[in-house]
Amino acid sequence: MTTQPEIKFTQLFIDGQFVDSASGKKFAVVNPSTGKKLCEVAEGDKADVDKAVEAARRAFKLGSTWRTMDASNRGRLICKLADLIERDAEYLAALETLNNGKPLAEAQFDMVCAINCLRYYAGWADKIHGQTIPADGNIFVVTRKEPVGVVGQIIPWNYPVLMCTWKFGPALAAGCTVVLKPAEQTPLTALYLAQLSVEAGFPPGVINVINGFGETAGVALTNHQNVQKIAFTGSTEVGKIIMETAAKSNLKRVSLELGGKSPIVVFPDVDLDTAVTTCYNAIFANMGQCCCAGSRTFVHEDIYDEFVKKATAMAAARKVGNPFDEGVEQGPQVSEEQHNKILELLESGKAQGASVTCGGKKWGSEGYFIEPTVFADVTDDMRIAKEEIFGPVQTILKFRTMEELIERANNTSYGLAAGVLTNDINTALTFAQAVEAGSVWVNCYDATMPQTPFGGFKMSGQGRELGEEGLHHYLEVKTITIAIPQKNS
Amino acid sequence: MAPEIKFTKLFINGQFVDSQSGKTFPVVNPSTGKVICQVSEGDKADIDLAVEAANEAFKLDSTWRTMDASARGRLMEKLAGLMERDMHYLAQLETYNNGKPLKDAVFDIYGAIYALKYYAGWADKIHGQSIPADGNVFVVTRKEPVGVAGQIIPWNFPILMLAWKWGPALATGCTVVMKPAEQTPLTALYMAHLTIEAGFPPGVINVVNGFGATAGAALASHERVQKIAFTGSTAVGKLIMEAAAKSNLKRVSLELGGKSPIVVFPDVDLDKAVQTCHNAVFANMGQCCCAGTRTFVHESIYDQFVEKATELARKRKLGDPFGEVDQGPQVSELQFNRIMALIEAGKKEGAGLKVGGQRHGPEGYFIEPTVFVDVQDDMRIAKEEIFGPVQQIMKFSTMEEVIKRANDTHYGLAAGILTNDINRALTFSQAVNAGTVWVNCFLHVTAQAPFGGFKQSGIGREMGEEGIHSYLEMKTVTISMSKF
Repeated sequence: MTTQPEIKFTQLFIDGQFVDSASGKKFAVVNPSTGKKLCEVAEGDKADVDKAVEAARRAFKLGSTWRTMDASNRGRLICKLADLIERDAEYLAALETLNNGKPLAEAQFDMVCAINCLRYYAGWADKIHGQTIPADGNIFVVTRKEPVGVVGQIIPWNYPVLMCTWKFGPALAAGCTVVLKPAEQTPLTALYLAQLSVEAGFPPGVINVINGFGETAGVALTNHQNVQKIAFTGSTEVGKIIMETAAKSNLKRVSLELGGKSPIVVFPDVDLDTAVTTCYNAIFANMGQCCCAGSRTFVHEDIYDEFVKKATAMAAARKVGNPFDEGVEQGPQVSEEQHNKILELLESGKAQGASVTCGGKKWGSEGYFIEPTVFADVTDDMRIAKEEIFGPVQTILKFRTMEELIERANNTSYGLAAGVLTNDINTALTFAQAVEAGSVWVNCYDATMPQTPFGGFKMSGQGRELGEEGLHHYLEVKTITIAIPQKNS
Repeated sequence: MAPEIKFTKLFINGQFVDSQSGKTFPVVNPSTGKVICQVSEGDKADIDLAVEAANEAFKLDSTWRTMDASARGRLMEKLAGLMERDMHYLAQLETYNNGKPLKDAVFDIYGAIYALKYYAGWADKIHGQSIPADGNVFVVTRKEPVGVAGQIIPWNFPILMLAWKWGPALATGCTVVMKPAEQTPLTALYMAHLTIEAGFPPGVINVVNGFGATAGAALASHERVQKIAFTGSTAVGKLIMEAAAKSNLKRVSLELGGKSPIVVFPDVDLDKAVQTCHNAVFANMGQCCCAGTRTFVHESIYDQFVEKATELARKRKLGDPFGEVDQGPQVSELQFNRIMALIEAGKKEGAGLKVGGQRHGPEGYFIEPTVFVDVQDDMRIAKEEIFGPVQQIMKFSTMEEVIKRANDTHYGLAAGILTNDINRALTFSQAVNAGTVWVNCFLHVTAQAPFGGFKQSGIGREMGEEGIHSYLEMKTVTISMSKF
């Protein structure tokens, strides 16, 4: 098992080739376990985005290889890419852990999920159906679902490979061409995937990868007149800017996967240890860097004290350390900026009167580690109950009735996910119907598969990824109405 | 002769009320330029009240949220039935306020009735799915109403646009705050009155008259509106989306402008082709987002086409929309001036003016049916949406060339092709960047077929099954089957 995977690709990937940025500039990529520089990668800006969009446009032209190939053939190419990821999974996982800091076992799991996602969408490519429609009049009406065009995709640093495949999957299945800007913190695995796309046989220009920063490359992509759609995963704050920029430029279609402050609710009729474990995983997975993390743990008053005790013990036992080491459950946060942001929120929790039952501080002497932290006696008005922390910080709140709970669960401008732990069917379905969340988990959490649509209500996003629904935003409906002499049903 | 104006206030929470400010604004008869009446002018305070009422009606356990989906459909059928009953009055009111010939208003109202009936049928057929997901899980999706929907509609088809908006919103179970165009609020207010009679719970439908910059902006920016649907100009569409982004990321659907090409090949009956192209641009005084405003004619039939098109335009009967006419006035002085300015640009830039080009009559906002020929792609009249009775005729040689020229625009609402050759028809249909492609017809819009724009002609689709999509929010419910 390698702990120092070789970094092979550090340039931009445009029109099937690795090239330097137009400016020649580069920026540093950091190892969050040590805080030290790993390498430099090419820094793309507007000029590079322009080149990439132009290449994507050419690849999308009527009559091009990509536009004229069978839909099933697109599916086969996506499958080939999945196979290559599988072949190189060990290397990719190590590279992911090196750059992102997640424990190696989790990076390996991400690879499996990424492969499954691509294979799922490969299957959709030749099953995207328009309809014939019994419209009024002597007409023959058919709809086509056409690829929307060149799509810009901006992905985050928390699941670099997985987010890349969540974006590539539906876009390529639908027949779009892609310009992807990976997070500046974690570009390395995206660049390796770009190389795999060459080996898989994708025509040049179908997939392009531009490393760079949000304010430069990201903005250029979002603003571009020749990009028909932008898909963004990241913070709600930036999501708003993306939508605004899309509106002001060319009304490009927008889909957003943003932040969350998802409630996970524990009723007293469940096995307490299982509940504590589910809630623990819901918040601490991926160093808490998960948009749908269960970051408000609502526990029924009857079991509250016992729950807090067990949750505290579990968090205290969580093994933090070098993500390459066997048995380590938690690595560093991804960056110094994230690290400091989380610490600031921890301080606010203390200042506002929550009880720290475990953790609450930085961990270790180098890198961006934080102690697994549990806050009890949290009230709804505290910052730690309202703001997305994106760190290993569990906040436990007490509730009494379903009515109260539903109101409190929905009292947020977020709406990404929610969970309920109960064996009572009425409780489960009442909550599932009432909560304003795109994914509701019952007696489980974070159960997201390629088949299940995922996305936010309210300010947690617009549109859905995964599932059949995930294709929707990559398609443009065309209605063809042909006059005929006489229609019959 | 003029229909009685019965409702002039705002409609909030099931009642007609004055605006909070007490302000009113005039509604004008475009045939004469004279004021018909004053209506209440809503602003942010009124929008707040309406949104509050709509949110209240949307609360969990409300009448609207707990009624059977089929019951929603029945209410919509009831409303359509009342429109049928009051068809005569509604048509007169529409013609009085908008200026379209009475027979066109009647046609519009039928369109509106069919749209409501169509969506009434969808109400209890909005399906989520059960999904064979990986793992020991039971997964279903629900398609829930997105919430309070803000709807801003234009003045060109007031009652039809209202039905296109209410249909999918009510079928899905949303509640509505609608701002009709300030030029044409009267039929919307009458429809609001009919919703009481139909039996819609208070707060489900609200109508706030007012201006875009005030009431419209307040609606687009409202923190407690989950979705905004807008039909109007591309310029305002961008502002709406921007306001939605900056406020609460409300979902946006837009039906905007167009500069739609209609292409005539030489293998068709020339008279029929000329008539189709004539109707394509002159219908509704040219005030149609999907009007065929770039008429591409094959060089081999160009001169004959021009002659016949000119003749048809010359014969088009202009006058009092309550009379036996083909064409009434443009909707407002502002529109009139815009169109005349573009006609002037056409003359200045060297297009050949065959007929029309001037104001008609001493009062109101009438413009003569106008035909420009030898139009070049770079002229303003070939690029900008005129929204008036002005036909642009351009010459082309090959399919490859016409596809390129047809697509050379930021718009993408509709396109038409007249040919009997199946290969031409399908090649063009595939290649053109337009949400609706008409073959051997034009402006054939039905409740069943999705309608909307590629590129800057809009986002999302209205009508058909697809029209429901933007009023729904998908929820995935994943239940673990493992013993807990």
